[in-house]
Amino acid sequence: MTPFAFSRVASADEAVRLGALPGAKYLGGGTNLVDLMRETLERPTSVVDVTGLSSDIGETDDGGLSLGAAARNTAVAEHRLVRRRYPLLSRAILSGASGQIRNMATVGGNLLQRTRCAYFYDDDGARCNKRAPGQGCDAVGGFNRIHAVLGASEACVATHPSDMCVALTALDAQVHLRGQDGGRTVPMVDFHRLPEDRPEIDTVLRPGELITHVSLPPPLAGRSAYRKVRDRASFAFALISIGAVLTVEDDRVADVRLALGGVAHKPWRAFKAEAALRGGPATEAAFGAAAEAELADARPLEHNAFKIELAKRTMVAVLGELAKGQAS
Amino acid sequence: MAILINAQAVSAPDDPRVSLLDLLREQLHLTGTKKGCNQGACGACTVLVDGERVLSCLALAVQYDGRQVTTVEGLGAPGDLHPLQAAFVEHDGFQCGYCTPGQICSAIGMAAEARRGVPSHVSPDLEADAVDLTAEEVRERMSGNLCRCGAYNGIVASIQEIFGEAAQ
Ligand SMILES: Cc1cc2nc3c(=O)[nH]c(=O)nc-3n(C[C@H](O)[C@H](O)[C@H](O)COP(=O)(O)OP(=O)(O)OC[C@H]3O[C@@H](n4cnc5c(N)ncnc54)[C@H](O)[C@@H]3O)c2cc1C
Ligand code: SF4
Ligand code: FES
Ligand code: FES
Repeated sequence: MTPFAFSRVASADEAVRLGALPGAKYLGGGTNLVDLMRETLERPTSVVDVTGLSSDIGETDDGGLSLGAAARNTAVAEHRLVRRRYPLLSRAILSGASGQIRNMATVGGNLLQRTRCAYFYDDDGARCNKRAPGQGCDAVGGFNRIHAVLGASEACVATHPSDMCVALTALDAQVHLRGQDGGRTVPMVDFHRLPEDRPEIDTVLRPGELITHVSLPPPLAGRSAYRKVRDRASFAFALISIGAVLTVEDDRVADVRLALGGVAHKPWRAFKAEAALRGGPATEAAFGAAAEAELADARPLEHNAFKIELAKRTMVAVLGELAKGQAS
Repeated sequence: MAILINAQAVSAPDDPRVSLLDLLREQLHLTGTKKGCNQGACGACTVLVDGERVLSCLALAVQYDGRQVTTVEGLGAPGDLHPLQAAFVEHDGFQCGYCTPGQICSAIGMAAEARRGVPSHVSPDLEADAVDLTAEEVRERMSGNLCRCGAYNGIVASIQEIFGEAAQ
């Protein structure tokens, strides 16, 4: 680790002031940043501990829910209102990492965790445009089983590894930010970016900007599920995952929200599948057609073509199970 | 301020790069807590902070100023074992023992989570108030603690004896 100055802050104003200094990094639970600092992939000169800022979880005026950026992943997953009204979010968090990591990890840090592409981590042995812009990408022609099938570029084929973010994307969350010039709100679907020719930039967060909280709109009526497919039954990143909320009325799809994890540089909101489904019959054939529509643009690499079929089948299976409980 | 480690006040290191794990092992010579992967993947370094299980390898010690840390040394001692330590001996919950301090600390934190109703990935009902620590629940909740010797059956049996339904 390269040397750095450490400070704890008690207010968002103080955080933003210190966070604006060159070389500054905010610190949440440290489960990603400390690892990256140890590998010297991150070399901040000052680290600003923001775990003392708001970790409140509470109802908003419009009947939604607000999650302080410092709320721990366990605290969100176990919260009564989250379990009752946004079970998809609890399920997604509980499928990720381990009990210890969920106790440390914060909402803000989870959003900003970096890819698990092994070439990104391999500073000495591999070329990576995300780590060193312009260097090239060893994953494209390398071992790319865990990499992206949607929205990738020639510069980078990495995936975003978060489970929680898939649920937040399906649930139309909003990310609330604070910079030196004041606050702004970004829809979760627009928070993470596709790599294009700037894969070193993961999100639309500006330098020094702080995540203060994440908010959820009032809960949807339908049933929901988070399905994660991985190489072992627990404590593994997703190969692919699906967060879904489905409302069926009179055997027709009254409403549906779908997001995919493990397929792209960002949590992938399946807008095409949703549009294909909305108002139509809640049948397996319709679910299959929607899955085909969403993955029509998918592009496999040498080792990850299986993800396309896996994503389709998982989507059909999850929607089928959600519909079954609501058949008239 | 200070970090309270097994009820002893220790000042936070001057160098903020020191992990809680290295503070424990290298500076305080509390070598019960083990370093396996040093990157969050094995659980050997698990300690309790204010009763919650965390990974000391990913924790900057300075961030824990003012908090209470309990390591395996703070739970029991030869001749005065914690009941869970005794159960590990009874049920062959280890072979080489390298993962054991992390398993013990993790299981104690895990049991507190279950008592307050924290659901897991395998819990059928998210809203249930009480968690029955079945073997499946224990395996899922303890999946962050690897055991290269494969003593898992003994580990699960030990945990169930002390924290399972029958124990309550
Ligand atoms: C072994 C292992 C397995 C894992 N498995 C999974 C898994 O299966 N699924 C999954 O989803 N995740 C998994 N994770 C990742 C884990 O969820 C993340 O590391 C965690 O969520 C990061 O949160 P943190 O608070 O520790 O972030 P930190 O490491 O503290 O910070 C991460 C980034 O966020 C920034 N940051 C933190 N807070 C703020 C803020 N308020 N405003 C602006 N910037 C901020 C930091 O500057 C840093 O860049 C795993 C991690 C490990 C180590
Ligand atoms: S896929 Fe992205 S993160 Fe991985 S090596 Fe290529 S540029 Fe780097
Ligand atoms: S040493 Fe901390 S998890 Fe392996
Ligand atoms: S007893 Fe040897 S690693 Fe678990």
